[in-house]
Amino acid sequence: MNRNPQLNKHGELQHLLTTEGLPVSILLHILDTAESFAGVTEREVKKIPLLRGKSVFNLFFESSTRTRTTFEIAAKRLSADVINLNIAASAQSKGETLLDTVNNLSAMHADMFVVRHVQSGAAHMIASHVRPEIHVINAGDGRHAHPTQALLDMFTIRRYKKDFHNLRVAIVGDILHSRVARSQIHALTTLGVPEVRVIAPKTLLPSKVERLGVHVYHEMAQGLKDIDVLIMLRLQNERMLGASLPSTEEYFKYYGLTQEKLLLAKQDAIVMHPGPMNRGVEIDSAVADGKQSVILPQVTFGIAVRMAVMSILAGN
Amino acid sequence: MQLPDAEKLLADLTEQLRPVVDETVAMIGIHTGGAWVAKRLHQALEFSTPLGVLDISFYRDDYSKIGLHPQVKPSDLPFEVEDSHIILVDDVLYTGRTIRAAVNEIFDYGRPASIHLATLIDRGGRELPIAAQYVGAVLSLPADKMLELKQDVDGKLSLSLRDIRLPEK
Repeated sequence: MNRNPQLNKHGELQHLLTTEGLPVSILLHILDTAESFAGVTEREVKKIPLLRGKSVFNLFFESSTRTRTTFEIAAKRLSADVINLNIAASAQSKGETLLDTVNNLSAMHADMFVVRHVQSGAAHMIASHVRPEIHVINAGDGRHAHPTQALLDMFTIRRYKKDFHNLRVAIVGDILHSRVARSQIHALTTLGVPEVRVIAPKTLLPSKVERLGVHVYHEMAQGLKDIDVLIMLRLQNERMLGASLPSTEEYFKYYGLTQEKLLLAKQDAIVMHPGPMNRGVEIDSAVADGKQSVILPQVTFGIAVRMAVMSILAGN
Repeated sequence: MQLPDAEKLLADLTEQLRPVVDETVAMIGIHTGGAWVAKRLHQALEFSTPLGVLDISFYRDDYSKIGLHPQVKPSDLPFEVEDSHIILVDDVLYTGRTIRAAVNEIFDYGRPASIHLATLIDRGGRELPIAAQYVGAVLSLPADKMLELKQDVDGKLSLSLRDIRLPEK
């Protein structure tokens, strides 16, 4: 039998590598647990003792501010010791292999690795290599997956829309390079969202994207009709190979979210963005800072969701 | 064995608490059984402060052995804990470990003036130096029995015994 590498032999979450193939019960357990953590930040002591004495290593082989910071805050709120390694600037640049780096850190008694890497599959490789008592969280690998981002987006959607079963969700922009979009699509379909759309020019869509169970649109005018949730993706300049687009101005004209285009969606639609935003490229400032934007709440919820993931993993 | 009537114990506990309740006193129930008892006491004693509920899952001392409980509920203490007099309510007092966890959690919301403990049943078997000030009944039970509080659809409380080796119904 082909066992899901994320689950232990009891079917519990051992590593969080991707939202693909995770049962709905585990997704809901994470979201429900995150609800309990959301209140911790309003207390006098913003800490709970769950991960006291545990060491969480943030291994960022690719730079990140928001994700690394929210993982760090989440681990600290759980009373863990957090060690941040900016590997881009350390041993690997001296020629050490990824697995040697991980072996060395394991020898320092790590309990959990939070891994961000430019290569798709890096977190999987580490997870298949570490001792069974060590847990691995994928904090973004190449174009493949970014499960905690997708989970915090699901948490945000549930907070504002209550139920997944009557929603139309549109993911707009650079689907091709986006690990976030892939993880979102798997999570949305598993949680029972009946209609997930992707809206993008052909050059920014992976081939055969329909196989993921999404409806494909190339124009905002049709794609945004009757939409409850809009997820705007960042135009990933650093991942662009060659000329996928004529110019960012051109892109903004057709796919940038303005107040005018937002009127095409439902009146109470929410606007999300995983950040960092390119204002004036994929989203207009008036929308990003507008009434329907939930972009900053997403960041706040990210802490509770990452606390939930860490505490469920460390207990399994 | 014949178990006491939970509704009668609740009535007893209500009368024990009546003289000490005033506007400086707040009540917290421990999820789930303690929260049911606390809700009834809170109504009967007409507290002026809102009722608090604690889910102590994040403070349990057996987390590293058994992991996180699958149904954690948010804790909610909707009053100022700092300098308040708190009556903490649980259904069954046994090893005292739940109360240790609850007291730790309360202190993360602020420094209360005092905490007193009220419980429907004290079944002995303490593993920590913890005692209840208000007790419905004291029972002696074999260690392989779990005493459970149940609440029916009309909110009526009752007690039942379960063999700990058998799964939960």
